[in-house]
Amino acid sequence: MTAPNHRWRKFKNAFMQTLALACAILVVAPLLLVFYHLVVEGFSSINLAFFTQLPKAVGEKGGGMANAIVGTFILIGQAALVGVPIGVLGGIYLSEYGGSKFNWWIRFAADILNGVPSITWGVVVYGLMVIPMHGSSALAGGVVLGLMMIPLVMRTTEEVLQLVPGGYREAALALGISKWRTIVQIVVRTALKGIVTGVLLATARIAGETAPLLFTAFGNLGWAHKLTEPIAAMPLQIFNYAISPYDDWHRQAWAGALVLLLLVLFINIGVRFLTRDRFQQKS
Amino acid sequence: MATANTSDSAALTVRDLSIFFGGNHVLKNVSLDIAARSVTAIIGPSGCGKSTFLRALNRMHELVPEARMTGGIRLFGDDIYARGIEPVVVRRRVGMVFQKSNPFPTMSISENVTVGLRLNGARDKKFLVQRTEQSLRMAALWNEVKDRLHAPAISLSGGQQQRLCIARALAVQPEVLLMDEPASALDPLATSKIEDLVRELKKNYTIVIVTHNMQQAARISDFTAFFYLGEMVEFGPTAKIFTNPAQKRTEDYVTGRFG
Repeated sequence: MTAPNHRWRKFKNAFMQTLALACAILVVAPLLLVFYHLVVEGFSSINLAFFTQLPKAVGEKGGGMANAIVGTFILIGQAALVGVPIGVLGGIYLSEYGGSKFNWWIRFAADILNGVPSITWGVVVYGLMVIPMHGSSALAGGVVLGLMMIPLVMRTTEEVLQLVPGGYREAALALGISKWRTIVQIVVRTALKGIVTGVLLATARIAGETAPLLFTAFGNLGWAHKLTEPIAAMPLQIFNYAISPYDDWHRQAWAGALVLLLLVLFINIGVRFLTRDRFQQKS
Repeated sequence: MATANTSDSAALTVRDLSIFFGGNHVLKNVSLDIAARSVTAIIGPSGCGKSTFLRALNRMHELVPEARMTGGIRLFGDDIYARGIEPVVVRRRVGMVFQKSNPFPTMSISENVTVGLRLNGARDKKFLVQRTEQSLRMAALWNEVKDRLHAPAISLSGGQQQRLCIARALAVQPEVLLMDEPASALDPLATSKIEDLVRELKKNYTIVIVTHNMQQAARISDFTAFFYLGEMVEFGPTAKIFTNPAQKRTEDYVTGRFG
């Protein structure tokens, strides 16, 4: 018997493998490109003043984005207060309770909400909060980002809870532990790293949102002293600076974008670090 | 220690127990008395209802949403399905060990042992430490783990994990221990340790064990019930079931002609 000729098969294999590799590289390329560009354009404008000073008036050199950096953290904090409890509890409900029909609708709604354009969220909260409160506010900005977090956190929480083997639930219930305690102390605790990961990824996602903040947080060239005042945020400041006609503001916009990207990068690295678990049981 | 085997010392009395999952009638009119401080083995081919029967004894079958039961089960005289009786209360008196060992991965060895007590409100440290040692000794695991009680539970071997699960079930001091094929995922050495343990535990506990392994049932049990297609075909002293069964189907099964 002669050996079959595998040359054509081998060629096809090599071709497809190369194609797949090229596509994989295409995924990484934009990140490197963006990062390269931001470093080249923005790195020179990053200095102590950038982190500690307020924006200077047009024409004056220097100044920084301290208000926008603080503002972004305030907005993220408020968003987390809205999004994390509701998202996590909702995810617990979807995973551990409820009739399947009702849950199907909730899941469906959450998935649709995840796909709603972010500017739509901004318009909704503009109508719900900004108009009744007669003005843009940090509060409205926090709420809009929080609302965007809810479906994200809810779905990831549900998914990681579903990964907890049913044997742990049974073991706890068979010890005479109540259902709620079983969920909190056994199921959620087992999946805690996954839930934290979901929350951090949702945070990273909303940290860079600009459109929903245009009508809500609005932006502020100084400090916001109350949550009912408009507040600066990095994405907003970057947007405003980038569309301005001043070179100095352009440079600051680049620097701001670099800092924002690094923030998101650090959150992602933090997630990797947190999820690098030595005792994780084989699934 | 002598084993009591008269029906007035029954730990569990099961009467006309039927269980349905949706339209499936998976357990049909089962009645039997499970003697206190003895080992009762439930044998039968896959799908015969033996696991469902076991889970009905501590109301674990209710986790299946469409489950329904008729008949009655009494635990030392108390109707465990009486109106107003919470499953949680029943399960504290009737513990369970599962086929796949399932120590909680986020907890240490000692935390696993005391979890049932702690999550039911026990706070006294001294009491928990003392109960940890007592339970691990009863589960024949103390000597192997006493120097690393705070190590993660999942660092133990498979057989040790299963004995840890037994210690965890014993720590809440149940009156009855249900075991659902507790050794079927273990190697022969670990299996023989579990079997020794079962023989030891029956001095203080009533044990009901589901097993696929007929040699195991013959080795460790005092009474054996043979289930087939949701019915209890025969129930009696283990020696009789294995050497001189009354029913042809029992004989065919225990001699390996089917199943």
